[in-house]
Amino acid sequence: MNYVIIGNSVAAVGAIRGIRNHDSEGTITVISRENHIAYGRPLISYLLGGTITEKRMAYLPEDFYEKNRVNLLLGSEVVGVDSDKKRVKLAAGDTVPFDKLLIATGGDPFVPPIEGMSGKEKVFTFTTWDDAAKLKGLAYDIQRVVVIGGGLIGLKAAEGLYQLEKKVTIVELADRILSAAFDRTAGRIVAKKMKANGIDVITEDTVVRIEGDGAAISGVTLKSGDFIPCDTVIVAIGVRPAAGFLKGSKVEVNRGIVVDDRMETSAKGIYAAGDVAEARDFFTSSKNPMPIWPDAYIQGDVAGVSMAGKDKGYAGGLAMNSIELFKVPTISMGITNPSDEKEFEILTYQDQENYQYRKIVLKDNLLMGAVLVGAVDRAGIFAGLIREKIDVAPFKDKLLTVDFGFIHLTKEIRSTLFAPQGKVA
Amino acid sequence: MKRIYSIEDACIGCHLCEVACITEHSQSKDPVKAFLHEPVRPISRCTVEEWDGGVISLSTNCRHCDEPDCLRACISGAIQKQENGVVLIDTEQCVGCWSCVMACPYGAVQRNLNKKKANKCDLCPERENPACVDACPNRALVYKEGSQK
Repeated sequence: MNYVIIGNSVAAVGAIRGIRNHDSEGTITVISRENHIAYGRPLISYLLGGTITEKRMAYLPEDFYEKNRVNLLLGSEVVGVDSDKKRVKLAAGDTVPFDKLLIATGGDPFVPPIEGMSGKEKVFTFTTWDDAAKLKGLAYDIQRVVVIGGGLIGLKAAEGLYQLEKKVTIVELADRILSAAFDRTAGRIVAKKMKANGIDVITEDTVVRIEGDGAAISGVTLKSGDFIPCDTVIVAIGVRPAAGFLKGSKVEVNRGIVVDDRMETSAKGIYAAGDVAEARDFFTSSKNPMPIWPDAYIQGDVAGVSMAGKDKGYAGGLAMNSIELFKVPTISMGITNPSDEKEFEILTYQDQENYQYRKIVLKDNLLMGAVLVGAVDRAGIFAGLIREKIDVAPFKDKLLTVDFGFIHLTKEIRSTLFAPQGKVA
Repeated sequence: MKRIYSIEDACIGCHLCEVACITEHSQSKDPVKAFLHEPVRPISRCTVEEWDGGVISLSTNCRHCDEPDCLRACISGAIQKQENGVVLIDTEQCVGCWSCVMACPYGAVQRNLNKKKANKCDLCPERENPACVDACPNRALVYKEGSQK
């Protein structure tokens, strides 16, 4: 069997392991347009800020590719997939044949047309190691930065730049930062901490024009009319599934590449996983792209197992984020901000002064989501309650306590999880 | 592989497993020195939970899962499953993002705030039995071959 994987991040790694668990013989080729072996992509803000060195970017043990007998084609961009002839076409012109193909190309930063942007030198996106390296290399020449977008990428870029002692302003269109993962309270708490550290956080506004003569930027003008002086702009509005090269192939692309529970696309023998894929959601069973690191690993694993001819269930994508910003840890998961509050039961505890917040979202006594700010310890227990669809009615009043644990669940659950099986000698 | 299992009805809630874990992971391996004199006291990798004034108690710990959620969530690759099945955190590589804390359904990864590193059971590689198991006065912890659930 000849396996080809396009992309070389966490979904690809999950797939390599998934394939090798069932097929030690087949050849695996990984094609990546980047020149790096797999790295901790979310670590680019740590690299920018100087918290870690380049050496610690490596995501895998040194011998991983060798041990799993993976051929690496780095710095190669795939420009087309021929699903009938089963081969991919590289930008350099050559083709690579496959029996089973995995598309794990992740997301591309979305950059909308902004007036005044073209020709400006210091406009950046922030999703790759090279993006971080470029910014770090120019750091001496950067004083004031406007970050467009207060999502995960924008905030982490802002934190990294802050660590380099740059003056940073975040401009977010929604009414709060991290609007995808947070509710208003959690967004406000984190924004408060960022402001306390000298970061300007502007919400419900957006950049309409980048100002400056020639290649240099003098500032940005906002929709509200405000002008913010800056010399650098980072566009962090979001990412889009990187599936453009599939035009003309038989692979169905909606917002992302549509996959079934085996991560197979509409074209037989072609699979997709990670941020580029549009897989089933845990709660709704509808399909949507979910750019979540652990989910990308799981999808990669499922895809790899499927490609090796075995079957493995997919429970559906469950959003979860652990983000620490300016020493305020936050963990959020599942449905955190239900649009129709009548259908849900919401429990909260807050102590905004001390950056503490807990929110539990329930529906019919099932846990649907949680937001924890400050005391995030053992948050994974909530993830387990969501996935296992545990009836929380008997211990509902304990869910908000900081020492919530298995002791509040039924003895049966505790025994299943922790007790020895069979006879104890 | 061998795992640590917990017998709830035998647990007396004494927390000696936690003391033993902290001691084993200290520099001196002496409980008094570990608790009082070392610059950074390790934190326990097992957690004794109590309710109803200690009437119910249970020592919870890492399951060394076949498919660890902590590993899948780890953004730095610091968490790896060894060939012998033990799931370990490379603390040098860990960046303290707490993704593992978010993902572990057993609540078995701790935040070591002194070091800003995640912390978890390593099954005490230098010992025949994990320290918590040896320390339990009522054999509420057993170390035996078994599956994850």
